[in-house]
Amino acid sequence: MILDVIMAGFGGQGVMLMGQLLTYAGMVDNKQVSWMPAYGPEMRGGTANCTVIVSDAPVGSPVVSEPKAVIAMNLPSLDKFEPLVKPGGVLIYNSSLIHRAPTRTDVRLIAIPANEIAAELGNTRVANMVMLGALLAATEAVSTSAVEAALKKALPAHRQDLLPLNLEAIARGRELVK
Amino acid sequence: MGERILMKGNEAIGEAAIKAGCRFFFGYPITPQNELPEYMSRRMPQVDGTFVQAESEIAAINMVYGAAGAGARAMTSSSSPGISLKQEGISYIAGAELPAVIVNIVRGGPGLGGIQPGQGDYFQSVKGGGHGDYRLIVLAPANLQEAVDLVTEAFDLADYYRNPVLILGDGLLGQMMEPVEFKATKLRELPAKEWATNGLRNHGGKTNIINSLVLDPHGLEEHNIRLQEKYARIVEAEQKAEIVDCDDAELAIVAYGSTARIAKTAVTQLRQEGLKVGLIRPISLWPFPVKDFEKVIPTVKSFLTVEMSAGQMVEDVRLTVNGCKPVYFYGRMGGIVPAPEEIAAQVREILGGAK
Amino acid sequence: MVKVFERPKALADVPTHYCPGCTHGIIHRLIAEVIDELGIVDKTIGVAPVGCAVLAYNYFTCDMQQAAHGRAPAVATGIKRVCPDSAVFTYQGDGDLASIGCAEIVHAAARSEQITTIFVNNGIYGMTGGQMAPTTLPGDKTTTSPYGRDTSKQGFPIRISEMLATLDGPAYIARVSVHNVANIVRARKAIKKAFEYQLAGKGFTLVEILSTCPTNWGITPIEALNKVKSEMLPYFPLGEIKDIEAGEKK
Ligand SMILES: Cc1ncc(C[n+]2csc(CCOP(=O)(O)OP(=O)(O)O)c2C)c(N)n1
Repeated sequence: MILDVIMAGFGGQGVMLMGQLLTYAGMVDNKQVSWMPAYGPEMRGGTANCTVIVSDAPVGSPVVSEPKAVIAMNLPSLDKFEPLVKPGGVLIYNSSLIHRAPTRTDVRLIAIPANEIAAELGNTRVANMVMLGALLAATEAVSTSAVEAALKKALPAHRQDLLPLNLEAIARGRELVK
Repeated sequence: MGERILMKGNEAIGEAAIKAGCRFFFGYPITPQNELPEYMSRRMPQVDGTFVQAESEIAAINMVYGAAGAGARAMTSSSSPGISLKQEGISYIAGAELPAVIVNIVRGGPGLGGIQPGQGDYFQSVKGGGHGDYRLIVLAPANLQEAVDLVTEAFDLADYYRNPVLILGDGLLGQMMEPVEFKATKLRELPAKEWATNGLRNHGGKTNIINSLVLDPHGLEEHNIRLQEKYARIVEAEQKAEIVDCDDAELAIVAYGSTARIAKTAVTQLRQEGLKVGLIRPISLWPFPVKDFEKVIPTVKSFLTVEMSAGQMVEDVRLTVNGCKPVYFYGRMGGIVPAPEEIAAQVREILGGAK
Repeated sequence: MVKVFERPKALADVPTHYCPGCTHGIIHRLIAEVIDELGIVDKTIGVAPVGCAVLAYNYFTCDMQQAAHGRAPAVATGIKRVCPDSAVFTYQGDGDLASIGCAEIVHAAARSEQITTIFVNNGIYGMTGGQMAPTTLPGDKTTTSPYGRDTSKQGFPIRISEMLATLDGPAYIARVSVHNVANIVRARKAIKKAFEYQLAGKGFTLVEILSTCPTNWGITPIEALNKVKSEMLPYFPLGEIKDIEAGEKK
C-alpha cells in the first residue's frame, strides 16, 4: 500500500474530481488504484467524500476505516474524519474555512489556506488543487508528470487553457509542505 | 487493446456490453445502478443502438424478452427491488430459452431497504427467484476488470446455452472506479439464431415461435427434462472459482464479489501474522463451483463464509462441504461493508487466538 | 398576541430533507392545513411513495404507511377497504404515479376508490438523481435523455389528469400549481375539495400539483418557478378537469 486517503468537503468543492485526478495519476504511474465515492442522499445534504487507494498490490477493500491521509475541505469533514486518520498519518485541512485546530497529536497536521491561495491565483475553484498539491508533497504517492497527464485528461478540450492555472495551484500547495 | 481506462463500475459494465455487441438496453432508474442506464442513454445513440427507459422494471425485462426473442443481444439492469419485479419475466425468458443478460447491483434489503451495498439477493439469484424449475447462470465479479470480462462472457454464455445470465454485483462495484481494459476476445463458436422471431423472410420461411406455454403435462415434463439436461451440461462445464493460498491452509475463507476482495486483504494480513489462511472465491454462483471445493476439502480444516447478508451462500458451502469440516459464518447486513480487520478477527477467534 | 403563522398540527415539528427551492415542503404544508381545518388528523391515513417524498411518513402526524414504488393507490385501497370511515390519501411523484404506477392509479380511479391522491408533477425523477420522467417536457435534458427528450424515441409527456378524467370513476380531478401565492391558495382549495369529496363518499379524487426540482433541473429556485410558469403551464394547463358536482369542465 502506498497511500489510502479520504477526501471530504461540501458538494461543489471539487472533492470527487480531486480524488479522480489522484486515482488517474496513480494509474498513469502503473500503480493499482481505486476510487470510491460516498453515495446517496448524504450528497444532497451538501457533504461529499471519496476514498482513493494507490497501491503496488491489487486493491482489496476500496473503503478504508483507518486512512493514512485525510483531506478536509470544511469543518463537518474535519469533525467526521479527523478521528479516523491512522496514527502516524497525515491530516490536511483547509484553514481558510476551518477555524478550529485539529486535536490529534499522533498525526502530522498540515493547515492549508486553500481558498486564499486559490483566490490569489484568480480562481477560487482551484482550492481543491492546492489541497491536492499539499497531499502530493506530504506523501509522494504519485509522480508530478502523472498528475499533469491526469489533468490534461480531466480538462475538456475547450478548457485546456486552464492547465497552467491548475498546475500552479498544485505547485503552491506543494510549497506549503516542507 | 492494452489501454487501461479509469471507469466507474456501472459505466464499465455498460461499455463492456456495447463492446460485446449488445445494442438494446432497457432500464429503469434505481440507486446504486443509475449510472448504467444513464451511460447507455448517452452511448447507445453513438453506436446506432437503442436505449429505452421503460415505465417499470417489469416492462424493461419484457422488452428484453421481446428483443432477445427477435435475435438481438439485449440487456437490462437494476438493483434489488427492481430485480424482484423482474422475476416473472426472468422465469419466462428461462422457460422460452432466450439469451439475455441481467445486471443486479445489489443493495441492502428487504423491502425498500437502503442503497448501500448488500449481498442479500443470493438466494433469489441462484435458487430461482421466479416461479418454476429454472436456473440462471450467475456470475459474481470482485473487481471492475473482472466485471468487464464477465459481461463479455455472459453474452456468450447466454447465446451458447440460450439461457439468461445474471451479473451479480453490488453498490460497491457499481459506484467505485478502477482501471479497466477492454480486450477483444472470442470465447465460443456460437450457433446462428435460427429460432429468432425476426420475420419469415429472415429465416427461410419457417414460422418461429417464442413461447413458454406447454399445456400438455407430458409435453411440459419433456420440456423440463430438456432444460434440466441443459442445466446439467452447464454445471459440468461452467463452474468458476478463484482459489488463493489454500494449499497449506488450516482455514479457508469463502466469499464472493466485493466481500471477497476485502477478505483477500484479511488473508494477506493473517498470513503476515503466520496464520495459515486461504480464500475460495466462487465466481460462478450458479453453477456453484463444487469441483473447486472438492480440491481443498481434504486438506483445509475449516471454512469461514463471509457475506454481506444474514447467511445465504453459506448454505451452499455447507451442502458442498457436506459435514466433512466445520463451516463458520460471519455476515454484516443493511449495507454495512465488513472491514478486513473484522474478518481477520473472526479468523483469529476460530483458530484460537493469534500466534 | 395572536399567532398568524403556525405549524399545522398535522405536520411534524422536524426539519425536512428537501433541497432548497423544492416545493414538496409547501405541498406537505397545504395537505396538513387541510387536515387540520377538517379536523381529521385522528382519522387520516397517508401513504408515502418511493421518491423524494419517501420520508413523508416522518413529516405528517397522522398514521402513515410507506408503499412500494408506484403501488400507493393499491395500498391505499387496502387501507380504505378496512377503514371506510377514514380519510386516506396517497402522495406520489410523477415517476411513481405516471410511470411504474400507471396501472395502479388508473384502476384505483376506475374503481372510484374513496381516496385522495396528491400527484406531485415535477417532470423528473428527483430521488434517483434527475432521470427522465413520463412528464418531462419535449427537448428537456435529463440524465437519461442527455440529448434532450426526443419525442420520436422517448415519446410524449403524459397528461395524467386529463387521461384519468376520461374515466367514469373519478369524482374530482384538478391540476394546480404552487409557483406563486395566488396559485398556492388555489392549490389549497383544490386539496380541501378533494378531501371533502372523499369524506362525503363521492368517489376517487386527485389533485395534480406542478412542482419544481431546482437541484435536478440544474437551475436556481427562482428560475425553477419561472420554468413552471413559462414552460410547464402551457403543456399542463391548470384547472378543475373533472368535478362531478359541476359536470365536465374544459
Ligand atoms: C421497484 C423500484 N424501482 C426503482 C426504484 C428507485 N426509485 C426511487 S425513487 C424513484 C423515482 C422518483 O421519482 P418521482 O416519482 O418523480 O418522485 P420525485 O423523487 O421526483 O419526488 C425511483 C425510480 C425503487 N425504489 N423501486
